[in-house]
Amino acid sequence: MGKFILRRVMWMFLVLFVVSLVTFLLMHAVPGGPFTAEKRLPAATLKQLEAKYNLDAPLHIQYLTYVRDIMVPTITSGKKSSALDHKYLINIPLNDAQNRVIRWMDFGPSFRNINRTVSDIFRDNLPVSMRLGAAALVVTLTIGLPLGVISGLKRNTPIDYAAMAVAVMGVSVPVIIMGPVLQYALGVQAKILPVSGWGDFKHLILPAFALGIADSALVARLTRASLLEVLSKDYIRTARAKGLAERVVVLRHALRNSLIPIITVIGPMIAYILTGTFVVETIFGIPGMGRFFVTSVSGRDYPVIMGTVLLFAIFLVLANTLVDIVYIWLDPRITYE
Amino acid sequence: MNSPTPAANITQLTDAEQALLHPKSRSMTQDALLRLSRNRAAVLGGIVVIINILMALLAPTLAPRKFDQVSFTNTNSAPEWVTKVFPGMKPRDAGGYVKVNNDYLLGADKLGRDLFSRILYGSRISISVAIVGPVISILIGFLVGLVAGYKGGWVDNILMRLVDIMYAFPTMLLIILFMAFFRAGVGGDNPGPLVAFLTKLDANMGGLLFIFVGIGLTAWMGAARLVRGQVLVARELEYVNAARMIGAKPGRIILRHILPNVIGPLIITETMAIPSYISYEAFLSFIGLGVNPPTPSWGGMIAEGALLIQNYPNQAIFPALALFLLIFSFNFLGDGLRDALDPTLRGSE
Repeated sequence: MGKFILRRVMWMFLVLFVVSLVTFLLMHAVPGGPFTAEKRLPAATLKQLEAKYNLDAPLHIQYLTYVRDIMVPTITSGKKSSALDHKYLINIPLNDAQNRVIRWMDFGPSFRNINRTVSDIFRDNLPVSMRLGAAALVVTLTIGLPLGVISGLKRNTPIDYAAMAVAVMGVSVPVIIMGPVLQYALGVQAKILPVSGWGDFKHLILPAFALGIADSALVARLTRASLLEVLSKDYIRTARAKGLAERVVVLRHALRNSLIPIITVIGPMIAYILTGTFVVETIFGIPGMGRFFVTSVSGRDYPVIMGTVLLFAIFLVLANTLVDIVYIWLDPRITYE
Repeated sequence: MNSPTPAANITQLTDAEQALLHPKSRSMTQDALLRLSRNRAAVLGGIVVIINILMALLAPTLAPRKFDQVSFTNTNSAPEWVTKVFPGMKPRDAGGYVKVNNDYLLGADKLGRDLFSRILYGSRISISVAIVGPVISILIGFLVGLVAGYKGGWVDNILMRLVDIMYAFPTMLLIILFMAFFRAGVGGDNPGPLVAFLTKLDANMGGLLFIFVGIGLTAWMGAARLVRGQVLVARELEYVNAARMIGAKPGRIILRHILPNVIGPLIITETMAIPSYISYEAFLSFIGLGVNPPTPSWGGMIAEGALLIQNYPNQAIFPALALFLLIFSFNFLGDGLRDALDPTLRGSE
């Protein structure tokens, strides 16, 4: 087990290394650098800017600096510095005599938002996206799991067929369709929920559903298949044979084991939700990371693009690694060789 | 049924009974097609797909207007039936705000461009992605899988680790990254001849080329794994050994003996992947990294329409409907093809 976790974590770092390298190289191969997008700057100004943002160093030095600034925490001491507070995403003051602060994750400056760093943008917008994503995850599970369990237990009945038909529909409707349709049906037509905006709980409902429904269909199908498989196992027959109530058989013996494989879809689910936020936040006017990302793409704000992709990749790879580890921990039958 | 018929009543048997009496041999393709044609959902899906292909091919003749024909007197106008379908859209005559113009079948967008024509032209983007996406993915995947499986050893090891890493890489993020890179104007002011050519070609295709490249670069891993697995199996088959023994060249072995084994599963997985290719493109166009405006793409149209959904829901709902129908149909078709081509079902009726 320890060896497996070690291997898995090393693999995670390898993937993150490749992701960061590809991201970095692609964004730095962009012609002319970030400061020549619209107006031509005088050569001297350009040189100064490049020196300021460390763009004149050799490429590998730039990459190493970039990765170091993100990965390696530093401790600063001395006067309070709001510039430093802005620079780093995580600042933990130690509250001691030298005023030392542990600082971590410097994603660099934003080229388009002169007064904000990428860390600032993350700090302001990421919590919004996180809330949305968490709500979507809740929607996915609260719809998907019961639907799957019911159709698994009522196999080959009209309920099962109806649930699975809905699930097939759900899987083939991407967020980009679900968003406007829900917005129109429930927001504009029925006027039950606000069409767009952010702040209250009621603003969260439509976007969370738009984001969560497609995956809930996936979860339902998987739950059903997994439950059916478990129900055909010998130990279920044994449980029934020794006269346990059906309720106990289902709840205690079947359900618990059948839910384990669901964990494996959490990885792809998070990936879907992360990229889905780009669309949903744009449609519903939610001031989260996704909408900011879309504007930074059209505004060619490369540090923001790079930082967002990296941050999301870290999330994803971390989630996948955790899922793998939790999975074998939950299910002792799985060998990890 | 050319056999002499001593008993005339045999010919009066039903078709099914006839078939039992004289089982006709069918090739695998015939068998698969027959099974496919009996799957109603798949047939329906196929019909919608064919309609979409026709729409894409005939868009210039079918469309009443050019997709980029602007009319500032008809901005956001809608025909009468649309105002009835969407109850919020009250016509001006009835005290509302919608300009009624029955010349536009589905309405016009905020620049007065005909929605119907734009949806017709938009099918070109989705259909080309649906065709080219699998082709690129198969080409790259086939090559990588073939080399890995056939060569084995360290080549196999390196290629398969590459596939593993690509799998762990968040696909959408990678595509976004590639597209942001391409859209930034690769090559700068003095691009090399190849880059200049590609950029120009991409511009002429309305930005489609780089979408193809972006999808192709991120979607080959499944095919590579599949082909590699099949090659590993096929390599050990006796008839392949026999072919090698009588001196068949590797190229011939691959084409004649290994390819037919691989092609079925490849077609199935790629058809099932088409909906995801279509949604990738729609997603990219939605966030502004897809086709270049004014080339219409359903994803881009949804993005534009979503901004006006309170007042002019038709501008987002119609392209969304088109996208939904196409994705849905490809899903049905993919499921049907899988059932039809799955060898384990073969022969069982």
